[in-house]
Amino acid sequence: MLLEIKKLQKSYQLPDGESLPILEIPQWEVEAGEQVVLVGASGCGKTTLLHIIAGILRPSSGHVSIDGWDTTILTEAERDQFRAKRIGYVFQTFNLLQGFTALENVMIGMTFANGRSDKHRAKELLEKVGLGHRLNHKPAHLSVGEQQRVSVARALANKPKLVLADEPTANVDVGNQQQVIDMLRNTCKEENVALILVTHAPEVAKQFDRVDKLAEINVVISKRA
Amino acid sequence: MSLWKIAWRSIQHRSLASGLTAFSMGLGVALVVAVIVIYGVLDQTFKRSAQGYDLVVGPPKGSALDTVLGAVFYSNQLSDTIPYNYFKQIDTGRYSSHIEVAIPLAIGERLMVLRGLQIIATTPHFFTKLRYLNDRPYTFYKGDNLKPGIRFDAVLGYTAAKLTKLNVGDKFKATANTIVPSDNYPEPAQFEVVGILNPTGTPNDQAVFVNLEGFFVMIDHFPTSAVDEILKRSSEDKGLVADSDDNNLRNEKIAQPETDNKTNLTSNSKNTIKSNDSNNSSVGVKSTQKSRATENQRIDNRRISAILVLVKKQELKGEIKKVDDRDDVVLEINEGLHGGERMDTWTTALAGRLIADLSVQVASPTREITRLFELIVGRVQIVLVIFSILVVIVAGIGMMVSIYNSMNERRQEIAIMRALGAKRRTVMLVILFESILLSLCGGLIGVVIGHSLIAVLGPIIASAVMVVVNPLHFQLAELVLIPGLVILASLVGYLPAVVAYRTDVAQSLNP
Ligand SMILES: Nc1ncnc2c1ncn2[C@@H]1O[C@H](COP(=O)(O)OP(=O)(O)OP(=O)(O)O)[C@@H](O)[C@H]1O
Ligand SMILES: [Mg+2]
Repeated sequence: MLLEIKKLQKSYQLPDGESLPILEIPQWEVEAGEQVVLVGASGCGKTTLLHIIAGILRPSSGHVSIDGWDTTILTEAERDQFRAKRIGYVFQTFNLLQGFTALENVMIGMTFANGRSDKHRAKELLEKVGLGHRLNHKPAHLSVGEQQRVSVARALANKPKLVLADEPTANVDVGNQQQVIDMLRNTCKEENVALILVTHAPEVAKQFDRVDKLAEINVVISKRA
Repeated sequence: MSLWKIAWRSIQHRSLASGLTAFSMGLGVALVVAVIVIYGVLDQTFKRSAQGYDLVVGPPKGSALDTVLGAVFYSNQLSDTIPYNYFKQIDTGRYSSHIEVAIPLAIGERLMVLRGLQIIATTPHFFTKLRYLNDRPYTFYKGDNLKPGIRFDAVLGYTAAKLTKLNVGDKFKATANTIVPSDNYPEPAQFEVVGILNPTGTPNDQAVFVNLEGFFVMIDHFPTSAVDEILKRSSEDKGLVADSDDNNLRNEKIAQPETDNKTNLTSNSKNTIKSNDSNNSSVGVKSTQKSRATENQRIDNRRISAILVLVKKQELKGEIKKVDDRDDVVLEINEGLHGGERMDTWTTALAGRLIADLSVQVASPTREITRLFELIVGRVQIVLVIFSILVVIVAGIGMMVSIYNSMNERRQEIAIMRALGAKRRTVMLVILFESILLSLCGGLIGVVIGHSLIAVLGPIIASAVMVVVNPLHFQLAELVLIPGLVILASLVGYLPAVVAYRTDVAQSLNP
């Protein structure tokens, strides 16, 4: 088992002091190399869940274990290091660093993981996503589809075990959408990386063997009702 | 990719804002650099010019500082003279066992000024036995040293050669000092340039040195009313000149009526004059005996301006009592004249003896100059440095504001780095590095602007204080800028770095 979530609870502390429960997941698992689509209504907590898996947010209670590591008991710095080494993140808005070239955007994550970067692998990855000729271009000079491909390459740079993709095609036009999804799925498969992909697009979701509805995993919603 | 490079990319990304910030820092640094370099050069020129010998023995009139300024910097006329005989006593006479080197100098009223440059009569030892600026030997750019003996050789300082456009082999007329209120100027003697010194960065660059013995002969053969005047004055001194000398001098004057100014020394040939009878008709008719007597008198009456002394540092054990027999004087000197910055025992002891025995003033050049420099120039420098540092600090605050303001738009950037696995400490370091790089760039810009400023100010300084400040002259103190700027940048970058540290990833990250 690559990812195992147990008795996970997350509530946000509101400014008026009240606590707003968002997630309550008794059990959820993802196998190594598996590709899962996570769907759910807007505001149901998909991004929150990915943040928790990535260790960007801490759960209010419960356990998340990845590759045998219980990330909820790690310190923040340890989680940062863990994220750098084992988790790739692809964002809806790409979140490329504007001051850096495509190549540097891929290399910068390596720096944070190992203190040094493997230029050769970074080039290889960019070639794999079809950007071998745009290595030294800054994000502003790349098309939207190209930018998302850079961010996919960046997510895979450190040979992670798990890639989290939060609506990776929401900002990409339909023509590019399929290209990005294919590339993401293929590279994850090639590198034997598990993929959790959040999407609102049914045509994307239906391509996956496993489609999980957050509403079914997350018991907060049923409790609220 | 190192964190430095990441920081550098952030700077590049905001190139306009970064450039302006670095430039404002650069202006502050430029001021500091200009102040450091200009004052550094002044300080070195002044203090180090005074190095190379321990004592200046000069006329008793005037202050110790006057003596040093006159004998070391040739900047003022020494108010009086001392008998050449004193030099003999110090160099080869009773004090010689305590002396490493003694160099006589004749400067001032009796000597001439060549196109505004001071002419100094001295011995060849000046260039062989003395060192300048911390033990550097004098070297010749062209030609060679003065030769010993009665010669009419001259050595020019580097700048002096440039100013006068004189070259080795050229001859120049050493005109008598304009102070002399007489129509009877002697026909100027001609000196031949035998050497030009390499630049030393000391007042010697702007000096013209002539052979002391040649100078004496010139004075002897061409006593002007000015020389008379000086001889008369000096005979009233409590020096070695006895009354009988004065009589002899008068006799000689009678023996040699006003023929002097018609005699052309140069036609006598410059290097071969041994006595005063060749080619001199008026002298030729005098008896040789008389001539020899007056010759001796002349030698006795010779006066010089100062003596530079390098004291022999002897074994301290046992010997000390012998030299130090005048405890009272030594104590007085060490506490009075030379208090504060203490001279070593040997120098003190010798200074004490010279003051007690002879009618002289003894000054420690380094001490006088250090005191002068600290009193005036040093204080001005401190004020200027403080102002410049304030400018740098203001620029630093400007930099802090600039980086801090950029933090808002950079929250996103920082959150991305964190999402990629950067630790809080790492993003904090990136911001700090950015601040350090920016201020070091500012420093670099400042050094360039600062030295350009010196290039612009150089001629003004040169004409004001006769010190040439080379715009490419780098002062060791400038290196202080590096740690200084790093510390400033760390302080300045700290606040934005804390903002980076505290950035909440989940909230700052666009999904
Ligand atoms: N810091 C916060 N404080 C309070 N409430 C928050 C905070 N962050 C998110 N929420 C709330 O938590 C809920 C879940 O948010 P989340 O971003 O995880 O939803 P989502 O499923 O990703 O929605 P979408 O599909 O629109 O991206 C939302 O109702 C949101 O308003
Ligand atoms: Mg979301």
